[in-house]
Amino acid sequence: MTDVIIAGIGQTDVGEHWGIGLRDLAYAAVKDAIADSGGLQPQALFVGNMLAPNLSNQAHLGVLLADHCGMRGIEAVTVEAAGASGGAALRQGYLAVKSGLVDVALVVGVEKFTDQVGGGVDAAMATTSDSDFEAVQGLTASGQAALLMRRYMHEYGVPADGFAGFALTAHANGVGNPKAMFRKAIRVEAYAQAEMVSAPVNLFDAAPNADGAAAVVLTRSDLLPNGYPHALVKIAASAVSTDTLALHDRHDPLGFWAARESVEMARHRAGVTLDEIDFFEYHDAYSIYAALSLEAAGFAPRGEGWKLAAQGAIARGGRIPCATMGGLKARGFPGGATGLYQAVEAALQLRGQAGACQVSEARLGLIQSLGGPASTAVTHLLEKL
Amino acid sequence: MTNNTLLKPSRPVGIVGYGAYVPRYRIPAKEIARVWAGGKASGLPVKEKAVPGLDEDVITMSIEAARNAMARAQIAPSQLRAIWVGSESHPYAVKPTSTVVGEAIGAVPHIQAGDWEFACKAGTEAMVAAMGFVGSGMAEYAMAIGMDTAQGKPGDALEYTAAAGGAAFVIGPAENSLAVINASYSYVTDTPDFWRREYQRYPEHGVRFTGEPAYFNHITSSAKTLMQELGLTAKDYTWAVFHQPNTKFPQRAAQMLGFTPEQIAPGLLVPLIGNTYSGASIIGLTAILDIARPGDRILLASFGSGAGSDAFDIVVTEKILERAGLATRTQEYIARRTEIDYATYARFRDKITMK
Amino acid sequence: MEIPRHWRLKKQRYALVGEVCPHCDYKIFPPRDVCPNCGDEAKTLYTFSGRGEVFSYTTIYEAPTGFDSMAPYTVALIKLEEGPMVTAQLTDLGDQPVEIGMPVEMVTRKMRNDGDERGVIVYGYKFRRRV
Repeated sequence: MTDVIIAGIGQTDVGEHWGIGLRDLAYAAVKDAIADSGGLQPQALFVGNMLAPNLSNQAHLGVLLADHCGMRGIEAVTVEAAGASGGAALRQGYLAVKSGLVDVALVVGVEKFTDQVGGGVDAAMATTSDSDFEAVQGLTASGQAALLMRRYMHEYGVPADGFAGFALTAHANGVGNPKAMFRKAIRVEAYAQAEMVSAPVNLFDAAPNADGAAAVVLTRSDLLPNGYPHALVKIAASAVSTDTLALHDRHDPLGFWAARESVEMARHRAGVTLDEIDFFEYHDAYSIYAALSLEAAGFAPRGEGWKLAAQGAIARGGRIPCATMGGLKARGFPGGATGLYQAVEAALQLRGQAGACQVSEARLGLIQSLGGPASTAVTHLLEKL
Repeated sequence: MTNNTLLKPSRPVGIVGYGAYVPRYRIPAKEIARVWAGGKASGLPVKEKAVPGLDEDVITMSIEAARNAMARAQIAPSQLRAIWVGSESHPYAVKPTSTVVGEAIGAVPHIQAGDWEFACKAGTEAMVAAMGFVGSGMAEYAMAIGMDTAQGKPGDALEYTAAAGGAAFVIGPAENSLAVINASYSYVTDTPDFWRREYQRYPEHGVRFTGEPAYFNHITSSAKTLMQELGLTAKDYTWAVFHQPNTKFPQRAAQMLGFTPEQIAPGLLVPLIGNTYSGASIIGLTAILDIARPGDRILLASFGSGAGSDAFDIVVTEKILERAGLATRTQEYIARRTEIDYATYARFRDKITMK
Repeated sequence: MEIPRHWRLKKQRYALVGEVCPHCDYKIFPPRDVCPNCGDEAKTLYTFSGRGEVFSYTTIYEAPTGFDSMAPYTVALIKLEEGPMVTAQLTDLGDQPVEIGMPVEMVTRKMRNDGDERGVIVYGYKFRRRV
């Protein structure tokens, strides 16, 4: 079978780019990714984006970005799956190259949260839930996470600061990532005093919405340019699973079924056991999602995912390092670009280019992009060849 | 007995089901006095008044009262042939309250629906119309509701009392009634004691002019005429309930008509919930029905500014015993109480200017 | 304005009208036409009792556009006594604490304006502590 190689990577700083628009943000990541690949010329562009039609009044991003990035004429479409848009776009690129129909695919994730300010952003985010039966009740994305977190704490007897470890680890790792939104470690006292966003989710349980763009160039190993300078990183497996859109339709809301299924499928396709995985870039949009994702992936039994954070098992050097470059919490949550940031960061780890964030001898990375409360789960396994 | 003074339907009618609603928030009169009257503690017209929550209005409150009335009536929603809602605080200037209520209780589409306005007697006006609708044989059942979220201008005398609440009644044939309505009589003149002009948020009133020429003249005239024409006196009644804009007015009206304090006690809710305007007299009636025994005779007299009064002669039947307990009782709503301060009240009642 | 959408959903919103599966008697809310239990078509209307209990809840401090005037407000997952779960605001909380397992009942309340105060008022189900 053909190996799909992540030949080039690019990413912008994550943060509030008041002066940079959607298209320019995307171009910055695309330019870097193509340069990093040694100048490969894509035949297809897949854009991961969550809310541009809402936040920027801009749909049709495929052609917008192909045109703007100097690739007029190529195949170009947008892939949307809420917070999993980036992961879902990556999968489309993977399928295109894997099938042999496309030699070089460019995948870019981009999000411009700061085109709007105020409650409009929360309202836009809420459109990713069931508009008729969740958002109409005033439920927000943070609110969904809070419903799960409250129930989880109730069922498993988690103390009030039981989730602090997720934010602490993420912020500690973000210090070493020059692209991260937050590069400052926090202390558990700060967590305990943080203001509530949607009780019991506090400011440190929620990843910050941010602008950002990240891109990868995918190709087959035989098409790599001569003198390609990087260690080869391949996509060893790709899997998507979906759950119910609305939380209330789930028989087992704390099960994160789609997150579980997609990891199992990915591991099965790559023939990989849990023990072989060197790090896990989970979708910690909320600390409860991190806990549930760890359990769904199999790294912790049900009800004990939070303990991995409390016990330091997710820190660099721990049993399963997570959010190695800050995760969504400290690097920031750039919507539909998030899944591409995860791919770029995992590639850096596997190439040995992660600097202060480097997980030693990393060979196999698991990345997971979630839409909503794991309503969509996209999982990729990345492997150093 | 036949005469042309009383309104009596061709076929006997009565109350088949009834339901009350009072929102849970209360602001004490002394809290309003703290803000507007230097904290004076004597001479306040009520102890406290009921305030609707942020998500309540005449539509939502009417829906709840209507559901209670239907629970007691034990009829199918499709058997209703009218839903009439009387209020002076309909949420829309143009768009009926009654269609939303009808939709919510499943009574649409084969039904009359309309909103009524006659200051505080819009609800009893709808009851009289329902008596005629059922009594003529055109309809088997009709629902009449009186409900308000009354507006009181900040600092005005009426702010102490302008409250939220009301009641719904299913009017139907006497043989299926928990209380038979023998007759009604209305007394109406053009008397401008209280009004609200188009586009104005708060009503105006004639201060002491609201008393003698308005409230007392109309309410005693209607009650007196009804009793005279029926050959009855106050002593023939077990209970009486009058429109209650404050504590004193209904007490004095009762006295003028020969009723004792005991006869009006169970229906005198104004000290605890305030003046619920279109709901004020009829929520007193629901409180009485909650405790009534078969055979009890009740006088109901509403008053609406502008002005008029509807008086009803009502006799409770055996069916009260099985139906009174089928929905939340008036006093249970009153007991469900959360006290709020003036600032919260100002927010709940949209009295803080946002733009 | 989203008048058609809100209008279309009025029965569900005002009175918790869902569906019952004619094949396996499974009660469905929100309505979805394909029974999640047996997979057959389910279009028979069924009005829920409106009674249930709190499965989880949260108080939302940062409200999205359209809900700002209500904030902070509490949203819950309610386990209906007929089986399904529903997302809904809790109302009339007063000063009493909410608890998981608290028995609640459905009421019909104002949800929001469609647009601003000139738009139609959207009414729908909320739940409160049982009276």
